[in-house]
Amino acid sequence: MAIFDEELKDLRERVLKLGCMVENAIRDSVKALVERDSDLAKEVIKKDHLINALDVGIDEECVRLIALRQPLARDLRLITTAMKITTDLERMGDMAVNIAERALELNEEPQLKPFVNIPKMAVLAQSMVRDALDAFVTGCSRLPYEVIKRDDEVDDLTVKNFEELLSFMIQDPKRIPLAIKRTYIAKYLERIADHATNIAEMIIYMCRGKMIRHTEITDAP
Amino acid sequence: MVANKNIFEIKDFSIFYGDFMAVKNVTLNIEYNKISAIIGPSGCGKSTLLRSLNRMNDLIISSHVAGELFFQGVDIYHKDTDVIELRRRVGMVFQKPNPFPSSVYENVAYGPKIRGIKKKNQLDEIIENALVKADLWKEVKDKLNESGLSLSGGQMQRLCIARSLAQEPEVILFDEPTSALDPISTAHIENLLQELQKTVTIVIVTHNMQQAARISNYTAFMYLGEMVEFGDTNSIFVNPQNKLTEEYITGRFG
Repeated sequence: MAIFDEELKDLRERVLKLGCMVENAIRDSVKALVERDSDLAKEVIKKDHLINALDVGIDEECVRLIALRQPLARDLRLITTAMKITTDLERMGDMAVNIAERALELNEEPQLKPFVNIPKMAVLAQSMVRDALDAFVTGCSRLPYEVIKRDDEVDDLTVKNFEELLSFMIQDPKRIPLAIKRTYIAKYLERIADHATNIAEMIIYMCRGKMIRHTEITDAP
Repeated sequence: MVANKNIFEIKDFSIFYGDFMAVKNVTLNIEYNKISAIIGPSGCGKSTLLRSLNRMNDLIISSHVAGELFFQGVDIYHKDTDVIELRRRVGMVFQKPNPFPSSVYENVAYGPKIRGIKKKNQLDEIIENALVKADLWKEVKDKLNESGLSLSGGQMQRLCIARSLAQEPEVILFDEPTSALDPISTAHIENLLQELQKTVTIVIVTHNMQQAARISNYTAFMYLGEMVEFGDTNSIFVNPQNKLTEEYITGRFG
């Protein structure tokens, strides 16, 4: 294999590794919340610097490859995609930290009610991250389009979650501080899904050379 | 005739060297006042195609062509074509700078003199204009009588461009014009080509893909005598449609 191909393979693997770390951070932050496991929440917060470091490392590698290899066509699209999606992944990591922080606060208080919507949203968001990254590695398929569609389910759950919490708050204003924290968490997950959507859109660009951001998708395969 | 944006229209055009078909059924349009680049591996026929645009291949005894090649609507391979006039209107600059072994002034004056321009003041004006357009005037205005061969490589190449410009061409063909030059002289020539493009149509053959990417509006990729893909340069280098083009420009050929 040519050196450049090795380098691209290595780049793909680093992006995948970052993706795995972010997916785990999302899973653990929600687990820390649902199972009231503050140690796990602290661990998510502690590990975030690893995500940040990998993000910076990938960006530096992309700049190096652009400077030294002068990539064109699919190589160029792969490298620009890697640069953009690592930013999204890093932001998802920050959202997981935010969830963990809210978990630490909520774990200090009695539980308002069992979590129903938030675990569902977390499962969806994680699957979006995983599938978007699978598409990054396996190339062109329906997968990124499915990720984009799944974002609507997350949005619906965000609204549902808010409405339920709102009725709790109306019934008893003393519940407002805790309920608001729960709406924050849903919002973080909703943003994670938005970042996963960005990634899926970039994967479509990588595969097809066509920017579909901020446009209606009319020609999904 | 309706207004036509194409200065050259090449239709199902083939070029042979004896029995060997060097260019195969190429169809291609070259737009006025654009830079069109032709890329492809050695032996793909790109220089042959370039040289056919002002019938330089006629100089190779065994060469012959099939198909049609229109320059401003006129078939240049028609038997009545004035080939000398064609080569005045479609100039050419080669890979290695090849000034005549005479003064800077005489190098540029050669074409106009042959055309019958004899008055000193008229020649002076043409020569200054050509040297200014070739961005060489400032460097040589005090040594017009020195040998063209005494200039640096980059200056010699610009002298050849000035020599071509003195003929007031409508097109200049460039065959690897910077492959013998350092990066600074190369950048100088590239800037010059983009300046010249405002008044002259440019067709350039280059092995340097980054050069094609930097300066051309359109890029053609040729392989084994065939035109594989032709399109606007950005599309060719960011999202080529043909697998062969992709493999070639990403360096994964063969």
